[in-house]
Amino acid sequence: MRVVKEACLPDPIKQPQAWAAALFTCTLMLMVGVFTASLKAQDKNPLAGDPKAAKLGESQFRANCAFCHGLGARGGGRGPDLTRAQKRHGNADADLFRTINEGVPGTAMPPNGATQQGVGMTAEEIWQVISYIRSVQVKAPAQPAGNAAHGKKLFYGSAACFTCHMIQGKGGRLGPDLSTTGSARSTDYLVESVRNPSRRLAQGISEAMKEFSQEYETVTVVTTDGTKFTGVVLNEDHFTLQMMDTREQLRLFEKGKLRSYEKSRESLMPAYDQKALSDKDLQDILAYLLEVTAQ
Amino acid sequence: MKKNLIPLAAFLLLAWMLPSASFAQVTPQRLLDSTKEPQNWLMYSGDYAGHRFSALDQINISNAASLVPKWAYQTMAGGKFETTPLVVDGVLYGTGQDNRAYALDARSGRPIWQYQRALPADIRPCCGRVNRGLAILGDKVFLGTLDSHVIALDARTGNVVWDATAVDYRKGYSITLAPLVIKNLVVIGVSGGEYGIRGFIDAYDAMSGERKWRFYTIPGPGEPGHETWEGDSWKTGGAPVWITGVYDVATNATFWTTGNPSPSNRGEGRAGDNLYSNSLLALDPETGKLKWYFQFTKHDEHDWDATQVPVMVDQGDKHLIVHANRNGFFYVIDRTNGKLISSNPYAKVTWSNSKDAEGRPVALKEASPTLEGNRVCPGAAGATNWMSPTYDPQTKLFYVTAREQCDIFSTAPQPYEEGHAYYGSAYFPNDDAAPFWGALRAIDPATGERKWEFKHVSPTWSGVLSTAGGLVFTGDAEGNFIALDAASGKVLWHFQCGASVYSSPMSFAIDGKQYVAVAAGSALFTFALP
Repeated sequence: MRVVKEACLPDPIKQPQAWAAALFTCTLMLMVGVFTASLKAQDKNPLAGDPKAAKLGESQFRANCAFCHGLGARGGGRGPDLTRAQKRHGNADADLFRTINEGVPGTAMPPNGATQQGVGMTAEEIWQVISYIRSVQVKAPAQPAGNAAHGKKLFYGSAACFTCHMIQGKGGRLGPDLSTTGSARSTDYLVESVRNPSRRLAQGISEAMKEFSQEYETVTVVTTDGTKFTGVVLNEDHFTLQMMDTREQLRLFEKGKLRSYEKSRESLMPAYDQKALSDKDLQDILAYLLEVTAQ
Repeated sequence: MKKNLIPLAAFLLLAWMLPSASFAQVTPQRLLDSTKEPQNWLMYSGDYAGHRFSALDQINISNAASLVPKWAYQTMAGGKFETTPLVVDGVLYGTGQDNRAYALDARSGRPIWQYQRALPADIRPCCGRVNRGLAILGDKVFLGTLDSHVIALDARTGNVVWDATAVDYRKGYSITLAPLVIKNLVVIGVSGGEYGIRGFIDAYDAMSGERKWRFYTIPGPGEPGHETWEGDSWKTGGAPVWITGVYDVATNATFWTTGNPSPSNRGEGRAGDNLYSNSLLALDPETGKLKWYFQFTKHDEHDWDATQVPVMVDQGDKHLIVHANRNGFFYVIDRTNGKLISSNPYAKVTWSNSKDAEGRPVALKEASPTLEGNRVCPGAAGATNWMSPTYDPQTKLFYVTAREQCDIFSTAPQPYEEGHAYYGSAYFPNDDAAPFWGALRAIDPATGERKWEFKHVSPTWSGVLSTAGGLVFTGDAEGNFIALDAASGKVLWHFQCGASVYSSPMSFAIDGKQYVAVAAGSALFTFALP
């Protein structure tokens, strides 16, 4: 109340009429404020259970979300599978609203509210999208098919994933850190990444404002003295190349000063076929990835 | 004695300098003769022909390698920084995100005044809270705002002189382009092709802010072209105008280009050619009456706005407009009558493999978006976009930023609701093995032939500047600002700005020193010889 008085009301002694009028206005503003707040940041979806809202939400989802989260919300290359019962950034209606409206800093999820970047969605449209997500998501949390404990053993043992991948600070850094990948990617995507890693390369860091992220492309450079380095591209522009070699050494080259320089979209990661990793063992590793994500 | 003289000398120097930084009136004649004062940059594209060419040659192919940054001005705002500043007699006038405007001492970048409009919370800019620049006449600069006002600021103080409401922004309109001054008129268009607006071009009296004419880019009932819209679809048919036009004094015509029909990817419900979406318009600047039109993409379903600066080129007795369109074709048009002379692809195109009797590319039926998605090149962002091309009268070449990207186009039916998104489109990542890339291409407008190409690692949103020093300047998505030999495309110099370039560069001179300026990140950078 003190804040409102300071910001809104004139002096009641010097200007009694203005004060009365302003008091009315301020009260009105407060009421409108509370009303607006209730529309936007309420805990429950005001459109819940309205099948028409879910239908409109599907359209909104196709236009605004499917690029990353895939058709049917089943996950794409960048965005997680939203048909899962659990959502990493909160599963309550208010959590989903916040995630969609404001984005998730530090991830690829941008703010999608109106007047944010892109066309954006109004509060009502965001609630429609939430109605749609609720209509396609599975009812119970998925029980991991695999054995997470065995998956962990494989990850740090015979499957040797840890040579290049890190989970919660433990492992290599030539490939992407997998601490949160279990929930950030669909199961199909993860299976494909193991069985056929060159099919779709992982996306890496990217400069601010750049539309397309760098990918983990394989690169081989030969310096003027004949030294050869193989590794992954971390960052590249027309003139320079920043790479991590297979010994995890960070290297920066001026392209014009190299004897040769060759990029390839054949991933440095070996393709794990059934012989190298059975379906059951793969399921165990995926269960482990999901388990660490939930922590 | 000596000590006391210093403040006096400083005062006298200051008193002498003040008038030198005086605000000379920019007359309509000066705008017409802009190429005679290459030290100044008097309008968005540098001149009325849309050349974005600077006749300054102090920085040239022999010394460009030694360019150094001179000063930077920070707007401290996030989002894309798309401005091309003006420079008039030593003062630089620019805009920034969220309708900032400023005047700087062009020698130092020190601000003379700074302005920011208080914007309502519910503005609807589709694609960032951006602005591309100002126009100037007399002692005023003109700004189009995100809440669809056109305002005049006092060039000396930044104070608002007049404020005209173009349209109710809540219906989905916004203004992001730099206006064009013709005689005593401020000509400007509107954005909103993602919200089902009905586009228009307005002209305001520069002195009073009174609206003198409006040309609707979608003809109303009874007007020719109205029949190209199904039912009531004309009311929400888009055709926005969000890139600055050009002006031809010889034929007394101003040429403007228009954007997509709404909803952009969904042709259902708006059967017909949808005039004058994706078109080049020739208007009488005094009345706003249409002289002729040329539609690049009929009944567009791929969001291929024609909002690229139309560039006037003369070849002997031929008076042309050349236009590298977002749909991937390079068009040469007779600007006296709007007749198409040639159309040739300058980037990868899959949507057309034949031409009509006039020589215009015809869309394949299979290129239409489907519910499941349909892969088409160029992609939604186009083979180029709003970033300016340049025409260099010395090399007689046209330089354009090309984007090599294909997309999966799909539709997402959206009911029209005033002020709400209405684009009916959905995009999915395409499964191409190779990543998207871009290029700066030098095209001979006489033949459509590509003379050289400079490849970008990824597609850029930077425009291009050419100069009499035999140079072209452009920026890339990786943050480099680059100088190339205009004749060969050889890189001569580059500077890492630290953020992607989303703007078109310009050049000016003060105190006999040439500068090149470009906006990147939140900063306006200037470069000169050491």
